[in-house]
Amino acid sequence: MAGPEFEVPKLTEYTDVPKIKEGAMAHVKSFPAAKASQEFLGYPWELTEDWQERAINKMGDLLGKYRSLRVFMDACVHCGACTDKCHYFLGTADPKNMPVARQELMRKVYRRYFTLPGKIVPWLVGAEDLTKETLADWYSYYHQCSECRRCSVYCPYGIDTAEITMAGREILNTVGMGQKYSSEILTKVQKIGNNLGLPGPALEDTLLGLEEDIELDTGVPVKIPLDVKGAEILLITPSADFFSEPHVESLIGYAKVFHAAGASWTLSTHASEAGNFGLFNGNYEVMKKVAMRIRDAALELGVKRIIVGECGHAWRVAYSFWNTLTGIGYGGNDPFSIELQSQLDSRYPQPMHICEYTWDLIEKGTLKFDKSLNDDRIITFHDSCNVARGSRMGNEPGGQFTIPRNIIRAVANNFHDMAPETIGEATFCCGGGGGVLTDDLIEVRVKGALPRMNAFNNVVQNNGVNFLGLICAICKAQFTKVIPYYGFDRSMVGGVHQLVSTAIKLD
Amino acid sequence: MPMVEVAGKSFEVDEEGYLTNLADWNQDIAGYLAQEEKVEMTDSHWEVVNFLREYYDEYQIAPAVRVLTKAISKKLGADKGNNKYLYELFPYGPAKQACKIAGLPKPTGCI
Repeated sequence: MAGPEFEVPKLTEYTDVPKIKEGAMAHVKSFPAAKASQEFLGYPWELTEDWQERAINKMGDLLGKYRSLRVFMDACVHCGACTDKCHYFLGTADPKNMPVARQELMRKVYRRYFTLPGKIVPWLVGAEDLTKETLADWYSYYHQCSECRRCSVYCPYGIDTAEITMAGREILNTVGMGQKYSSEILTKVQKIGNNLGLPGPALEDTLLGLEEDIELDTGVPVKIPLDVKGAEILLITPSADFFSEPHVESLIGYAKVFHAAGASWTLSTHASEAGNFGLFNGNYEVMKKVAMRIRDAALELGVKRIIVGECGHAWRVAYSFWNTLTGIGYGGNDPFSIELQSQLDSRYPQPMHICEYTWDLIEKGTLKFDKSLNDDRIITFHDSCNVARGSRMGNEPGGQFTIPRNIIRAVANNFHDMAPETIGEATFCCGGGGGVLTDDLIEVRVKGALPRMNAFNNVVQNNGVNFLGLICAICKAQFTKVIPYYGFDRSMVGGVHQLVSTAIKLD
Repeated sequence: MPMVEVAGKSFEVDEEGYLTNLADWNQDIAGYLAQEEKVEMTDSHWEVVNFLREYYDEYQIAPAVRVLTKAISKKLGADKGNNKYLYELFPYGPAKQACKIAGLPKPTGCI
């Protein structure tokens, strides 16, 4: 696991646009998915004989299904606005990590098979046949995109490279070139209920242990209920919250908030995962199947509210897709969606983010804090890409930026934002999002973290920041792993509800 | 899948070097995997590895980090029942590196 040797980029005051290095990251190949998980997901597990036909058919299918994809293929004018906006390009200098180049990997094939000039005079319009070499390039570079959508903010046409990456991965899966990491996770979540593969009895044992810890620590019997029928609130949170540090500290934070509010809440064994890697792979059907577990659990337990824990892409799926995927919120019109909609309490947003929930209680004065308990921390906040650019919180535009910061300010005395061009809508990805959070892509992850690490280093040096506050399980795992490469201590990484947990007063 | 030969016995491992069959595990292969990870096994390492295997036997999953630190704390004292101690033993991260040496499947997800 020592992994390949590579040079860790040097921290600088500003993230300069690097001089390009052709093919600098061409050697990167994520491990291929194995037969068992691909078979389960309904994909081939080795390159099929008819790979070219399958790929083109799949591309045609996706172009027909998603009008956006066709627009993105057609609209680019090569203005170059996106070229220096991708953290992977800034960290690796590989020109194929420029968003326009990543798009072009698919666009040249699109032109050849789906446009008239490309069919007739391909050499004039930059159209190329789909070859095995192109597929290999796709496999390499569509796994060097975290689907963070920063480039799309700067594109005058709003071209969303993330959606192109998603389509690319779906086509790769269709011809038998799946990625091990995502494939295994999507299998486990459907077979066992979470990405980790944590079975019910292990989850129960883990939660009982946490309850003991909290009581030992605070003297208050805070509960973490599981599978309680008739509970008011169902909490859907990433399974890493049960398993890892520092994730678990936020889980303890949510439990304390629910306790202090006197709320009736529960977790579910069946839906013990907020994450939905179906989004990353661009497969709507798989995304729906994974999301359905949550609807099933909500109906089974009879809950009135659904709250989502600290998980970036889960919140995008919940906020932006659950309504049409599963009828949580409004949109679904099958009998189960209708049943769910009459069951859920319409006085609250459905779903609700845990930060919205906590902030609402803070505003009402329900929660009390001793802010001085966080005085050893000087905190900054990293906006997670899927929350920042794929969703919202609260009733005001930009609530996804203000609400987590408001919570931090309510529970701690020392807060400093990083540079404005690196936060909010312009936030830099942690470098591990979108299915990149795997050991075989560690070089991509470390180098891709460079712009964020530069911005973080500035507030560490200038403001004494020693805590990087997060609301995403991927961000937490990614930074815990990569910040030591840049000379920081992994204990600087933590969750917003970890800060809440430290300062909250319990009766 | 690649095979490795240790003390006269063949073991199948995956592309990351994790043992494919849990039941194949013995001390020899654990020692070999530790060497590959540049981890020098001491009694403290074995305590962790043995606990992981016991837990896996019961729950079919590696223990959460909290569960592990608590068990270590009970066995070896409170000063060792923390994440920092585990990272000292297994620098690449207790969840993945210790699991590998214990012959357990690699934990997946956002960890």
